[in-house]
Amino acid sequence: MSVPGAWYLGLAAMLFTIGGVGLLIRRNVLIMFMCVELMLNAVNLTFVTFARMLNDIGGQVVVFFVLVVAAAEVVVGLAIIVSIFRRRADATADDISLLRG
Amino acid sequence: MDWVVFVVAGVAVLAGALGVILATHPVHSALMLVLTLFGVAVLFVAQQAHFLAAVQVIVYAGAIVVLFLFVIMLLGVDRSENVTADPLPGQRPIAFLAGLGLIVAIFLLSRTAWVSGAESVAGAADGPGSNIEKLAGSLFTRYLLAFEMTSVLLVIAVVGAVVLARHSPSGGVRGSEDT
Repeated sequence: MSVPGAWYLGLAAMLFTIGGVGLLIRRNVLIMFMCVELMLNAVNLTFVTFARMLNDIGGQVVVFFVLVVAAAEVVVGLAIIVSIFRRRADATADDISLLRG
Repeated sequence: MDWVVFVVAGVAVLAGALGVILATHPVHSALMLVLTLFGVAVLFVAQQAHFLAAVQVIVYAGAIVVLFLFVIMLLGVDRSENVTADPLPGQRPIAFLAGLGLIVAIFLLSRTAWVSGAESVAGAADGPGSNIEKLAGSLFTRYLLAFEMTSVLLVIAVVGAVVLARHSPSGGVRGSEDT
């Protein structure tokens, strides 16, 4: 266990930041969705690292629940994306502005 | 050896993440996402979370990325996107600045304030027994209600996906017509 937990946390922070920047700069809704997955994975890595640092299995249980919620989120999100694409052929996030005032 | 594993997996994670946000082709982004997910799984193994590493590979890299690829192919959006178009001027510089500010804030906070938690509240992570035994022991006793709630959540998600994705019998789209 020679790698300190702080290195894992730093890596998770970088992964979270990359996901967040990707969410802001990309306009394809599918890729924005993948960036959300990146951010969820960064948080999972943080939980596992703290579970090791604090010697607590609870952190890994939380990761288990995050995985379940992420699976549910992907299912519903992709269904929404499919129904958006059914209405218009090329939907970037900028085109979905029907509620714009 | 631990450092070698950490560096290799960390480079894979960051390279995959950058590939996801920089690739112009959605399929390439999905494959880069697989690289990141495998790297995270390796880091889970390196921290004795063996069960979660297996679940990460099976559920994320197996099911979720396949679902992404399936939707990409189903919708026929597997063509390159023009990433140079910038309909909202100034969005990207501001996004980069926000990301830079976020990571600087995280590292500054990590240098000043370490929250010290109580150890082994939900049970020890090391000691005798396998990782999956300890995880299951905690999941089916202390977190049993939350575990049952996740099954309700999954049922709701499945029903919601079916309702959202089905065609209406009249042939048209349900709800308001688009412009």
